[in-house]
Amino acid sequence: MATAEAQMERSTKLSPSTVAIAKRGILKFLRTPQLVVLGTIQGAMFLLIFRYVFGGAIGVEGVSYVDFLVPGFIATSVLFIRMNAATGVAEDLQQGLIDRLRSMPIPRSAILGGRALADSAELVWGLAITTAVGFAVGFRIHGSVAEALAAFGLLLAFGFAVEWLFIALGTLAGNPQAAQGFALLVFPLTFVSSAFVPVETMPGWMQSFANNQPITYLVDAVRALTLGDSANQLLAHSAGWYVVRSLLWAAGIVTVFAPLAVLRFRRS
Amino acid sequence: MTPTIEAVGLHKRFGKTVALDGLDLVAEPGQVLAVLGPNGAGKTTFVRTVATLLRPDRGELRVFGRDAAGQPAAVRRVIGLAGQYAAVEPAMTGRENLEMAGRLFGLDRKTAKRRAARALEQLGFDQRDVDRLVRTYSGGMRRKIDVAASMVGEPRLLLLDEPTTGLDPRSRLELWDAIRSLVEQGTDVLLTTQYLDEADHLASRIVIIDHGRVVAAGTPKELKSRIGRNVIEIHARSAEDLTRVAQVLTYPDVGEPRVEEATRRVSVSVESGTGSLRAALGSLETAGLEVDDISLRAPTLDEVFLALTGRGADVDTAPQSQSREGVGSRGNS
Repeated sequence: MATAEAQMERSTKLSPSTVAIAKRGILKFLRTPQLVVLGTIQGAMFLLIFRYVFGGAIGVEGVSYVDFLVPGFIATSVLFIRMNAATGVAEDLQQGLIDRLRSMPIPRSAILGGRALADSAELVWGLAITTAVGFAVGFRIHGSVAEALAAFGLLLAFGFAVEWLFIALGTLAGNPQAAQGFALLVFPLTFVSSAFVPVETMPGWMQSFANNQPITYLVDAVRALTLGDSANQLLAHSAGWYVVRSLLWAAGIVTVFAPLAVLRFRRS
Repeated sequence: MTPTIEAVGLHKRFGKTVALDGLDLVAEPGQVLAVLGPNGAGKTTFVRTVATLLRPDRGELRVFGRDAAGQPAAVRRVIGLAGQYAAVEPAMTGRENLEMAGRLFGLDRKTAKRRAARALEQLGFDQRDVDRLVRTYSGGMRRKIDVAASMVGEPRLLLLDEPTTGLDPRSRLELWDAIRSLVEQGTDVLLTTQYLDEADHLASRIVIIDHGRVVAAGTPKELKSRIGRNVIEIHARSAEDLTRVAQVLTYPDVGEPRVEEATRRVSVSVESGTGSLRAALGSLETAGLEVDDISLRAPTLDEVFLALTGRGADVDTAPQSQSREGVGSRGNS
């Protein structure tokens, strides 16, 4: 029984298991060309269509449409990049991977923590690509580099928050198809916002939603941080005003959905 | 000696469905215990309870003396689980999957590598296959790599939930060999299956469960002495012949023949193998009966249930049904 006792007492540390699970997430992303290539192409096409097809018909006061559009596009891409988490979690649950992990001597936090870590790496990659495409179609930063970096940081923080929303949706869905369906909620959030057109052009009832939903705050925060002085002509408030509200929304999303995700996860 | 598993009066229900209804079971060390039962009998629920994935509503469950509900962390350190799905990452190679499992079991990098290599060897993996992505594997290889992943932590108790369901016959045999070699090296195994022949091949003790409780238990030999070792099955040429065929097959030393009118089949349990078959052929010839087909086979789960409980398994038991038990990860019972 001596070896058994030794085996029983062998402690398992947090970090290596989190790292191992994160590594799996990153390898899965890198080795699944559909995720890397299609995701990138899809994003780029989306931007090109708005920039060159719809763009001419959309008038924005104070700034060129490309400068208006690209911050909106980058901010909403956070949702599109992160929505894979919902299907990913549902898939892992369905295929028994989570069961296997939960039967192992690792902290439960490592399972979701490892995923969040891998997904953050994916988000950085996705944002870098999106930003590069934005520059390629003529977007330029008009503010300081420090402000631009702050915008990037804000997007990462917001991405971390919505990660929990999608993980929660994935655990609620139970299977990848349903998870994908749930994740479609990104469409109203994306389009009924200030991301692609000025909110003033929408019907009144829609404006009240668009003006108060998190994506609009995030989009306007990114605009305020990247458009320099011309942002003043577009936006009613200072950068700080939008940033604070975006972060409050992010905190709210984490507060609601992280416990829900963890709870669902324990039970399932 | 502390039993490997000791379950006393386990109850578990999901909504209205009673999955475990007072299950009592003991697995001794050094044993391969097979839990045999039809779909929905509670096999998966039981395995998931042992794996600390579910808490029983009532009853006690000890794994190597540790309370599974109270000390799940201690239990997790000594078990390895291979569920009904191949819980491996398709975008990683076989070796990478195993090394990841090793890291998750708390092994350092070097030990994880060594154990992964050993598990691959134990399961007879081809060197060419171990560094291929799992998504290029066949179903059988996926199951094998899944079992290998559950072994990397060198668990004292391996939990295999229907390891061969959905596998082709060749992969099934390969996996059986792999499981047997593990057992020879001293791992205790809890195995669930719908197939009597699988339990017979692998287990030193079989527990038959239905509706969440034990209906029979014993060594394969004991159980088979109650149900007959083999079954002779005859496909009659015409429906009129059925009764005569059944009469011919009535010997004093064998069970009652079963007649299935719809499929024109007569089956009877027999003790010996080819001897009984030869005798049956002789009797048919003497009686001048022509048949379409005659075969000697192991009893199906349905026949086992009939013999032990006086009624068939409550399911559409096509004996070699390859359907999986439940599809959702949670809906299983």
